[in-house]
Amino acid sequence: MKLSENWLREWVNPAATVEQIAERLVMGGLELEIEPALSETASKVVVGLITRAERHPQADRLQVCEVDAGTGTPLQIVCGAPNARVGIKVPCALVGAELPGGLKITEAQLRGVDSFGMLCSAKELALSDKSDGLLELDADAKVGAPIEQHLGLPDKVLNLEITPNRGDCLSVLGLARDVAALYGVQMKRPAQAQVVVEGHQQIKVEVESVDDCPNYAGRVVSKLNPKARTPDWMRERLRRSGIRCIHPVVDITNYVMLELGQPLHAFDADRLSGSVRVRRARDGEEIRLLNEQLIACRNRELLISDDSGAVALAGVMGGLGSGVQNGTTRIFLESACFAPAAVAGTGRRHKLASDASYRFERGVDPGLQRQALDRATQLVLQICGGETHPVTQVGRSQPDPVSIRLRRSRLVQVLGHEIAAKEVEVLLGRLNITLRAEVGDAWIARVPSYRYDLRIEADLIEEVGRLYGYDRIPGRPYAAQLAPSQAREARRPLLRIKEVAAARGWQEIISLAFVDPALQQALNPEVPAIPLDNPIADNLSVMRTTLWAGLIPAWLYNRARQQDRVRLFEAGVCFTLRGGAVVETSRIAALAAGRALPEQWSSASRPVDFYDLKAELIALLGNSVGEYRFEAAEHAALHPGRSARVRRAGTPCGWIGELHPQLVRRLDLPEAALVYELDWETMRDVKVPKAEALSEFPSSRRDLAIVLPESVSAEQVLHCISGAGVGFLTNVRVFDIYRGKGLAENEKSVALGLLFNDASRTLTLQEIDAASSAITQALMRDLGAVIRQ
Amino acid sequence: MTDPIEELVQQAQADIAACGDERTLETLRVELLGKKGRVTELLKQLGGMAPDQRKAFGERVNRAKDALSAALESRGATLAESTLAARLAAERIDVTLPGRGEASGGLHPITRTIQRIAEIFGEMGFERVEGPEIEDDFHNFGALNIPEAHPARAMADTFYVLNGERLLRTHTSPVQIRTMQQREKPPIRIICPGRVYRVDSDRTHSPMFHQMEGLYVAEKVSLADLKYDLQTFLSRFFERDIEALFRPSYFPFVEPGADVHIRWTLPDGSWRWLEVLGCGVVHPKVLEAVGIDSEKYSGYAFGMGMERMAMLRYGVDDLRLFFNNDLRFLEQFR
Repeated sequence: MKLSENWLREWVNPAATVEQIAERLVMGGLELEIEPALSETASKVVVGLITRAERHPQADRLQVCEVDAGTGTPLQIVCGAPNARVGIKVPCALVGAELPGGLKITEAQLRGVDSFGMLCSAKELALSDKSDGLLELDADAKVGAPIEQHLGLPDKVLNLEITPNRGDCLSVLGLARDVAALYGVQMKRPAQAQVVVEGHQQIKVEVESVDDCPNYAGRVVSKLNPKARTPDWMRERLRRSGIRCIHPVVDITNYVMLELGQPLHAFDADRLSGSVRVRRARDGEEIRLLNEQLIACRNRELLISDDSGAVALAGVMGGLGSGVQNGTTRIFLESACFAPAAVAGTGRRHKLASDASYRFERGVDPGLQRQALDRATQLVLQICGGETHPVTQVGRSQPDPVSIRLRRSRLVQVLGHEIAAKEVEVLLGRLNITLRAEVGDAWIARVPSYRYDLRIEADLIEEVGRLYGYDRIPGRPYAAQLAPSQAREARRPLLRIKEVAAARGWQEIISLAFVDPALQQALNPEVPAIPLDNPIADNLSVMRTTLWAGLIPAWLYNRARQQDRVRLFEAGVCFTLRGGAVVETSRIAALAAGRALPEQWSSASRPVDFYDLKAELIALLGNSVGEYRFEAAEHAALHPGRSARVRRAGTPCGWIGELHPQLVRRLDLPEAALVYELDWETMRDVKVPKAEALSEFPSSRRDLAIVLPESVSAEQVLHCISGAGVGFLTNVRVFDIYRGKGLAENEKSVALGLLFNDASRTLTLQEIDAASSAITQALMRDLGAVIRQ
Repeated sequence: MTDPIEELVQQAQADIAACGDERTLETLRVELLGKKGRVTELLKQLGGMAPDQRKAFGERVNRAKDALSAALESRGATLAESTLAARLAAERIDVTLPGRGEASGGLHPITRTIQRIAEIFGEMGFERVEGPEIEDDFHNFGALNIPEAHPARAMADTFYVLNGERLLRTHTSPVQIRTMQQREKPPIRIICPGRVYRVDSDRTHSPMFHQMEGLYVAEKVSLADLKYDLQTFLSRFFERDIEALFRPSYFPFVEPGADVHIRWTLPDGSWRWLEVLGCGVVHPKVLEAVGIDSEKYSGYAFGMGMERMAMLRYGVDDLRLFFNNDLRFLEQFR
């Protein structure tokens, strides 16, 4: 909300610059900025009266005007504006004037006619972005007066960004109240003429529910002058608040809203039929609004209706068919209090926002309606003339008073600072909160109706703190009451895994949790994804079920920036539905593409493969690596011959593999990246180490080369060896695999290193030979191995 | 006529000096001092000598032997030295070539920021707690005293799923609620970092970002405690004395509420107040919503954006950089 400084100062005028006032308000909890009232100002522009206007002898579109600019002699000025005519007062830039944008006015000849000045439009004075002719000024504007004086300049604009609880500050009145409280000065209410009721026309008003509309005041004003014009002072104040002038009556309702904070609506009384009702909409009921939008009501919107149907969306916007228009002479002014909930829902559902709904959503003083109605009436009479009729009022004209108990002990405890009782009374008194002392160092506070945000003790404590100044409350060094949780050593923090990965050359990324549904469908077709009801983009419209849906785009993004080798990982939550319930799982996933190692001078360059990634995965498993199995299994996104399901003690823990060639083709990927994804909960816990005694005796090693069918897996070999029953076998290493010359097509030769050790003695040669032989026998018997000589 | 011992020594010394490699020197040593060596042969003559001659002859031979041993040793040392020098010269490598193997990776700057902040608060006795990202209305709004008609609930801000039945949390505050519900009773002193979501996307807004919530509920917790703890945190995070300004503000779940602004100097030397976090004393209705006696206990809460803290700390000027995952950006945080 924007308000003119000059306007505010009519209500409260502390001895401070506007910048100081702004600073004080900011420290009092109101966010605002100071802006100039005009981006640029003109000099030597005065009010001029056109006393003669004749067609230019040489140009059809120009007129030669004679202008009384209060300079003593009439000025001859050539003017091209279509609305230049005798009798109007307009801004007149004298010779020597400088207009916004730098235009200097000099004596000139236009098509052979001398011109001593320039008549100006609103745009030429930087009052408007566009204009279609001269700016016509009030008929009673003082000829020769500087235009700044006529327009109430200089001025500044306070641009307020209030927090949702401070709807009471959305007016000159409200802001003045807070300024007065923060400075401890008196607010002055500008005097205004009393409204005298002359007629007795009344429109009946019915309110269906006082919960929706606690108070409704309305009145007819008749015999308006249809030719009335909004005076310049009001136009200027509205302009500084960013509100366009539309019609004198509408301008007045806007003006009163800015002045007092009460949104008003003016109906053309002749376009209303029967009585006015405030009621909820029937399903499907339609209304065409002032902005010409047709609204179909589906959610019991709060309406104003007459006997013929809906005439306004209560508190949001009037209807097109019942509003004032040119020629309106009889109006029905509505000044009502609508409940925030009734208005907020409507505006939100229909994506409608207006100055009225902005205020009603935040709350309007339920005690303000009559006062605002009188003020509007008085301005209508002043500007449009007319006859006043009695007020129709429904609901609670005086809201129930609100009393809150405030204990000084609680106040001191919550603020953590001692504030004297007397000072509390003074501070709250400035907000017109009256305190009555009670036993036990407490007060009963009576809160004014416009502070509907003050309902409990804590609210009052904040008010005291705010006026006292948070900066005057010193910090108190902590002596915290703690309840540390029992941290389990076996439970690894996620950061530890991330650091392991980072140390091994992986870069962590963070991607958005909503992903491209098409990509995800290709990656993870069997897992149901949760779509967003209101996504920001089609390609970010489902919650991820796999982190791969973020890793692949990140890879491609970098690849498009000449990063051919990437090693990316991400830890984050994935989302799916199970039995209708949302399931969130924390995962860690990685993608590697390009060379196995960074390009370097001494290592052969080869593409990263499954085994590179497997080693990376295993590095994350800590000391529980023995509990994991990699079993060949198929995943829609992965190459069926190069993928494995990872299990921990039987529990599925994730997947590792190379992207499926078909997926690579379908998604037009540059190559088949290697990926894994693991379930963090499953892998998180490790064993607390339990130290074993070290053997003091030497170990022995026997190497074995066996020829095996391709179909026999390394896991089978190891399983067979450990099944051979050699108690002192401590380790088996696969140190070579050979295929090719000397072997059949479907055979491989596997070289194994067997390590033997006993903790209690040195093993004899015979024992080792026997053990070796037992293992060999088992391999031959169980797996069809042939010993390679 | 010349003395045979003298002659032998002179000849041998000349041979030793002329010897060019360790192997020849060894041959020479065997020739001279070996079992059948020439000096050894001389000693064998002792047996056939008269006792009076024997002593003098023996002494001379032994002296010659010592002299030759020393000469051999010295020459040997010299030769070994030059052999080693030659070998070392031959084995010289270019130590300025890059090392072999993997380069280092790194953590995302947001991870790094969260971790630093969590460590600072950890030392101040805060425990780290996390919660779900898909929330229900009660935990995200209702229990936090955000009424039905509150502007923050507008469809424009919140991502909904399951036809509005659930939502993506718009802040980390629901973790406060869940923690207070789970714990038997205060004291509670927690921080809750995590992802949050809002329907907003431009240069200064990302639809997903990170927050950290803090909550301290115990007996007699006050605004003054909050001020001290946050002031301490800010100075430690920025590693200098931070001038922090607490301005009254409004969040439905705290009362009194405040925004914290820090005095921030710009490169041109000018300064301005920068808002870095929101905070306040926990609203009694929030405590009541989770069954904590708001008369016996009070608390404070704060929330801050991790991206904002990272931007200030590391001089990042575009929020979108955090989620583009451009390696050229990320690698600066290794």
